Order: sequence, then C-alpha cells, then structure tokens
Amino acid sequence: MHSENRAPKSLTLAAVGGLLFLHLPIVLIFLYAFTTEERTYQFPPPGLTLKWFAVAWNRADIWPPLYLSLLVASISTLMALVLGTLCAAAMARARFFGRDQLSLLIILPIALPGVITGMSLRSAFSLMDIPFSTLTIILGHATFCIVIVFNNAVARYRRLSGSIAEASADLGANAFQTFRHILLPNLGSALLAGAMLAFALSFDEVIVTTFTAGQQSTLPIWMLQELVRPRQRPVTNVVAIVVFATTFIPILIAYYLTRGGSETAGGGK
Amino acid sequence: MKSALLPERGPGDRLTAIFWRRPRVLLLLLITPPLLWLGVVYIGSLAALLLQSFYSIDEFSGLVVREFTLKTYVELFRPANFDIIRRTLVMSASVTLASAVLAFPIAYYAARYATGRWKAVFYLGIMLPLWSSYLVKVYAWKLILAKEGIVTWVADGLGLGFLLDAALALPGVGGNSLSTSFLGTFLVFVYVWLPYMILPMQAALERVPKSMLEASADLGASSAQTFRTVILPLAMPGVIAGSIFTFSLTMGDYIIPQIVGTSARFIGLAVYQLQGTAGNLPLAAAFAVVPIIIMLIYLSLAKRAGAFDAL
Repeated sequence: MHSENRAPKSLTLAAVGGLLFLHLPIVLIFLYAFTTEERTYQFPPPGLTLKWFAVAWNRADIWPPLYLSLLVASISTLMALVLGTLCAAAMARARFFGRDQLSLLIILPIALPGVITGMSLRSAFSLMDIPFSTLTIILGHATFCIVIVFNNAVARYRRLSGSIAEASADLGANAFQTFRHILLPNLGSALLAGAMLAFALSFDEVIVTTFTAGQQSTLPIWMLQELVRPRQRPVTNVVAIVVFATTFIPILIAYYLTRGGSETAGGGK
Repeated sequence: MKSALLPERGPGDRLTAIFWRRPRVLLLLLITPPLLWLGVVYIGSLAALLLQSFYSIDEFSGLVVREFTLKTYVELFRPANFDIIRRTLVMSASVTLASAVLAFPIAYYAARYATGRWKAVFYLGIMLPLWSSYLVKVYAWKLILAKEGIVTWVADGLGLGFLLDAALALPGVGGNSLSTSFLGTFLVFVYVWLPYMILPMQAALERVPKSMLEASADLGASSAQTFRTVILPLAMPGVIAGSIFTFSLTMGDYIIPQIVGTSARFIGLAVYQLQGTAGNLPLAAAFAVVPIIIMLIYLSLAKRAGAFDAL
C-alpha cells in the first residue's frame, strides 16, 4: 500500500547525503595517490601516474614502522584476547563485590580522552624509570584493546546458556575439557571478531603511542610526521591506503563473523 | 561402599572439583590477571598523573619540585591558560551540537525506514568510518581544505567563491584558507566524531515503539507534533550518550588542531606540548585533570538522564 512506510524525500536525501559525507573524503585519499603533483594538494590533479607506489615501496624509512606496527598490533591483540576473555568469563556469570566498579575500570581506558591515557602511562613509566621501548608501546595498546575483546566476548557469554556447561560437566568433562570443547567453539567467532577490531584499533593508534614510543616510529607516527612536515605527499597517500586497507579488512571480517546475532561487532568503539 | 563418582583422571579433575566446591576460587583466578593489569598498570598510571599535578616547577631551574602544592592548579586560571580551557569547551560544545544535527537524519532513516539490504548498507556505512583509520580521515580533510584543494575548486566552479571568502573573512573563526582556520578544525572534528553520535542515536530511535507513533497520530497530532513531543524526547538518551563521545573526544584531541587549524591551542595540544618540549610536567598534568573532572560531571549528569541504557 502506502506512503506510511516510505521516508519523506527530504529525509532520504539528508540520510544519503550524510552517508556520502562520511565516505567521499576517503575516496580523495585514493585519488591523490595517483597525482603527478607532489608539492601541493592541487585539485583536480594535473596528471595521473602509478610511480608513487614504486617510490613508496623503495623508501627505506617506511618498512621498519610498518613491521613495528604489525608486531605491536599482533602482540597487544593476543594479550587483550587473554585478559578480555578472562574478564568476560568472570563478569558474565558471577555477581560479586565491586563488579560495577570493575566494569567502569574496563571502560575507562577508552572513555577518557587518549591524551590522558597516554600522558598517565608516560608519567608512570618515567616515575618507575622504565625506558621507552616496543614493550611500553604494547603495554599502552593492550590496555585499551582489552575493552574491545571484553565487549564482544561478554555479549556472547550472556547469550550462551549456562546449561550446556552443566551438561558437559554431567557427562564427565572437567572444567578444562568443557572450556576446550564447549565454551571455546561457541565463543570462537565473537573472540575472533573482538581480536580483529582490537588489531585494527591498535594498528591505527597514534594518540597514546606518541606518549609511549620514545624514539621508535609506528606507521601512524610516521604518517603523523609526514602530515606535519610533508615531503613527497603522494607517498603519504600510498601509505594511507595501506593503513586504510589493513584496518578495513579486519573490520569487515568482524562484521561478517557476528552478523545476524544480537551482538553485531563494532557497535561501539 | 563404592562411590558413584568417576575416578579422578589427573590434576585437571582435581582442580575442577575445587572450582565446584569453591566457585570463588575460579572467579579469583579469572579476575586476577585483568584486575592486576587494569588496576596496577592503568589506575597506577592515572594516580601517577594526578600526583604530578600537585607538584610544581621551579621557575629558575626548570626542575620539578616534588612537594605538595596547589600552585600549579592556580596557574590554570591565568588568562592565557584559561583561554585554552574556554576555547576547548566552546569547540567541544559546537562540535557536539553540529554532530547531533547532522547525525539525526542518518540515524532516523536507518532506524525507521531502512530494511533488508539497506539496513546492512547503513550499518556498514556508519561502522566502517567509525573504525577506519583516524589519521587517514584527518589527512583526507587536509587535502580537501587546502587552499588549492577541492573545496576552493568546487566553490569557484559553481561561482560561489565569494561565499567561501566571506566565511573565511569572519572574525574569530576565519583565516587564510580553510585548512588554517577554526572553521576547518571544526569541520574535521565533526567529520571524525560523527559516527560516534549516529550509533547511540540510532539505537535509541530503534527502541521507540511504533505503536506510540500510531497513538500520537490517532490522537490528532501532526507529524511535526509527533516528532517534537514523542520521538525527540525518547531519542534524547541516545543523543546524550552520543554527546559523551563527541564531547570527550574533541576535548582530548591534540592531533587535529595541529594539522588543520590556527596555532591557537586546545587542552589536548597544551598537555602534549607542556609535557614534551616545554618539560612542564606538573602543569601538563593539571591540564589533563580538567577533562577528567568535566567528563566525570558530564557522566553523572548523563547517568541521571538515563543515557547509559542507550550506550
């Protein structure tokens, strides 16, 4: 029938316009990677070329930050995976003293502005005379990645009926067997989704990292330096595309892993 | 008498028996590692920060004096420093307001009218910009707002160059080009934090029961009246939840004003520069305490407005 379920034209326009507003700027990043103009952001580009991809490939200063970022993101994700799952297991089933405070504590690293997390970690490291290293970067990243894994895991835990764990115990499985054969397969996709999001978040993080990295550069820090003092601008675009793709793919995977459930991944950051 | 229990098969079984008899032991085992991490690493660090803010800096030697004093906090109220705080709050408030206005049609359409494939398009269309690289997004706007960039080109092409010039000539918010003006900083902030506003808004709007809208219409309300008296109040917790993010994120950000904008400082940038090049850790820490306090007040107000259920 009728017009009741059809949106007013102006609303549709505003909504679609809003979505375009969110996506078009990214397209420009791709376009500018092919421009022949390297000193300004002239639009439209005077000419198109593929040479910046080769130039970026051969720039020796890009590879170490890329490796470092991948390393940091992998290790922080693993640590967050363990700690976040433990947290979720404890919070999902039990009521105990200080539970509300604990849930606030888990959210705090992303609820407070990143500059505060970064700054406080830095002053703690300097008070304890811990020199900046890859380890300090990982410490910072794992702290805010825990909540991402936790959010995904706790939603799945809540949906999981407690009776299947009891059935497992009735059939003679001990706690570890139940975890291995019953809980893990059920939690698997939620954990993987959480891990994907945590990886994307860590790979891209710059605010906390500038405080905890010392002399080392992760890829986002390298990009930040290029943004403040540009050299070959299209090369920055090539790296931006790499960063974009490296975060984009895990996010898509996370979405497809949890799609259709009540707890689709990525609902909050 | 023979027991009905199965024989123990090893340490795993013995532990399971302990967990069963004393569930607290299992809970303790589960909770200790993350609690140690967050409680010691994170809370410890926050405490270290707080401690620093009660130290002061010796004006002659430039060294940190490790004695309790409120001198550093008093310094926050010096005109130059207080300006930074005021500027940051004004920016955070305007960004929050603009995001709410821009987010509403998207959230409303996604919650009410999008079905099937479009629902997925909207969900991904909001989630991908939310999670995709922050720096890449900021960089994109540096390209867009540059004097020789696409905004100027489009404005000239449409013969609207004078509008752009008029906007840039505005006192206080204008500048040489969009990429070196407050207007530019504002635009980038709105762009980067917009998805954080859309998601909780959409969640709140999705919970508005259809029957209420029908009841409102049955009682003779026009669609504008329904919107104002039914939909908007019910969506408010979502708006407030979203505003927590946009406000807090704008307040703490120090990258965007560095890349797009004037040289005027915001709290985040002040913290960054004070602890880095200026080496005034106590003042940096005192500055960092300002957003913490504002956010705590904001959060308690938001909690009273029921915004946490919309998160």
